[in-house]
Amino acid sequence: MSGLEDLYREIILDHYRSPRNRGELESPPAIESRGHNPLCGDEITLFLLVDGEGDDAVVRDVKIGGQGCSISQSSASMMTQAVIGRPVSEARAMIRRFRSMMGIENVELQPGDDDLDLGDLEALQGVVKFPVRIKCAVLGWNTLADALDRA
Amino acid sequence: MAFDVEAVRKEFPILSRQIDGSPLVYLDSGNTSQKPRAVIDAMTTFLENSYAPINRSSYRLAGEATEAYEGARRAVARLINAPQADEVIFTKNATEAINLITRAWGGAHLHEGDVVVLTQMEHHANIVPWQMLRDERGIEIRWVPLTPDGQLDLTGLDDLLDGAKVFSFTAMSNVLGTITPVTRLCEAAHDAGALAVVDACQYVPHNVTDVQAWGADLVAFSSHKMCGPSGIGMLWGRMELLDAMPPFLGGGNMIDTVTFEGYTTAPVPAKYEAGTPPIVEAVGLRAAVEFLEELGMADVRRHEIELTRYALDTLRGRFGDDIMIYGPDDLDVRGGVLSFAFRDLHPHDVSQILDERNVCVRAGHHCAKPLMQVLGVQSTTRASLYLYNDTDDVDALADALAGATDIFGL
Repeated sequence: MSGLEDLYREIILDHYRSPRNRGELESPPAIESRGHNPLCGDEITLFLLVDGEGDDAVVRDVKIGGQGCSISQSSASMMTQAVIGRPVSEARAMIRRFRSMMGIENVELQPGDDDLDLGDLEALQGVVKFPVRIKCAVLGWNTLADALDRA
Repeated sequence: MAFDVEAVRKEFPILSRQIDGSPLVYLDSGNTSQKPRAVIDAMTTFLENSYAPINRSSYRLAGEATEAYEGARRAVARLINAPQADEVIFTKNATEAINLITRAWGGAHLHEGDVVVLTQMEHHANIVPWQMLRDERGIEIRWVPLTPDGQLDLTGLDDLLDGAKVFSFTAMSNVLGTITPVTRLCEAAHDAGALAVVDACQYVPHNVTDVQAWGADLVAFSSHKMCGPSGIGMLWGRMELLDAMPPFLGGGNMIDTVTFEGYTTAPVPAKYEAGTPPIVEAVGLRAAVEFLEELGMADVRRHEIELTRYALDTLRGRFGDDIMIYGPDDLDVRGGVLSFAFRDLHPHDVSQILDERNVCVRAGHHCAKPLMQVLGVQSTTRASLYLYNDTDDVDALADALAGATDIFGL
């Protein structure tokens, strides 16, 4: 069971059982973005509320809806905790860091990205050993990236 | 002779493979089946001794290869009781066979406002090609609904078929295992003046198939689900239909003659087999058909009925209300496909945990997203049984599921 213990860490199961920041935000003003994993049919709906513009833009709130497996749900849940309250530029950096940790190619890390603390998200590192599940782990992050692009 | 599953298992080299020191428990045959030694050997022997082009060259080796290829056609015709071997057309896969139908027959006969009837339990392969035609030409698609236990609800069938030009339906659902009343459905289609198209991908590998008894017009099925290689699929059709339909793909082999002005088509089946076909795969397919014939499809079906009953009893006996198995309970109308929900665990997590014990199942929508919508789920976990599965495989599945409970602390 060595591999599975790496995948299903306690913190991941905790976020799966009690996902944080689930729900909806009024849209507009929030941006609503949908992501799905064509492989398994999992769907995620993400609501993003940004305050300010340009360099001053800050992620004020994020809410997550939809259904998915423990990996996609816990990853999205931890992601909301990691980015709420951060400047948009840092949220983008978190996305790059997380994608890079998942071994996704073509992620161009920028100076300073490595200094960001992923915190609980480090628990998802075990996913890399299960390539089929990487798509699950990044589903929420891709959806957030899409929402930020449209914010 | 009684069906000896232990002897059958020995014919499949992959089943003796171990991963991390424990045996492989392959329960994903609804996806694709494993291959017996006879198929592997036939393809290797052909490649080592007889490989050459077919239908083109006059030397003896080419004649031998052509004969081997045509032998596959005769074998397939025998398996499904087709009146003539030339009514069997080789395609890339069953999906291509259905696209051949929508493009060639549909292209010639379906126009704006025409009605095509499908069922809610179709595989995407029997949905999307029709939707493509709808988007191009404005045909109407109607859907036969399902009963709560996952059979076709035929109460409104006559109304649905009223004015329809095609009724295209599965003979056995790849998600629910439901075996549909094909003969009755073909009859209903014909009474309405519609063409009867059967997706028999899941049916042919597991049952005695008789396309004449069905009264079907066109039937699509695949090699790789019936112990044969991937890369080759089949379309059977009544000769008068195939004769009258325009060609599908154009190129070499499908022509009678070509000039600067135009072309004329070769007779069926070459008319629908443009380009160099999957020659080696046809040879493997022939060996697969002979393997199945030797076992006897009636005995294969009996074995799968017994094993499916054992699986339903075992899983429900051990997990009670924690497992919800979709599809009909009546084994007369159900094949060995077990789609289920386990507690509130997501199918991806279930399959991941089963994989830890080498239990191979499919998690997802099984290329039947509209059906998932009817079932009210995004995905299911699916264990699908075949002739080489035994009660040990079912027990391994149940044991591994019990392990899932531990990991998630349920």
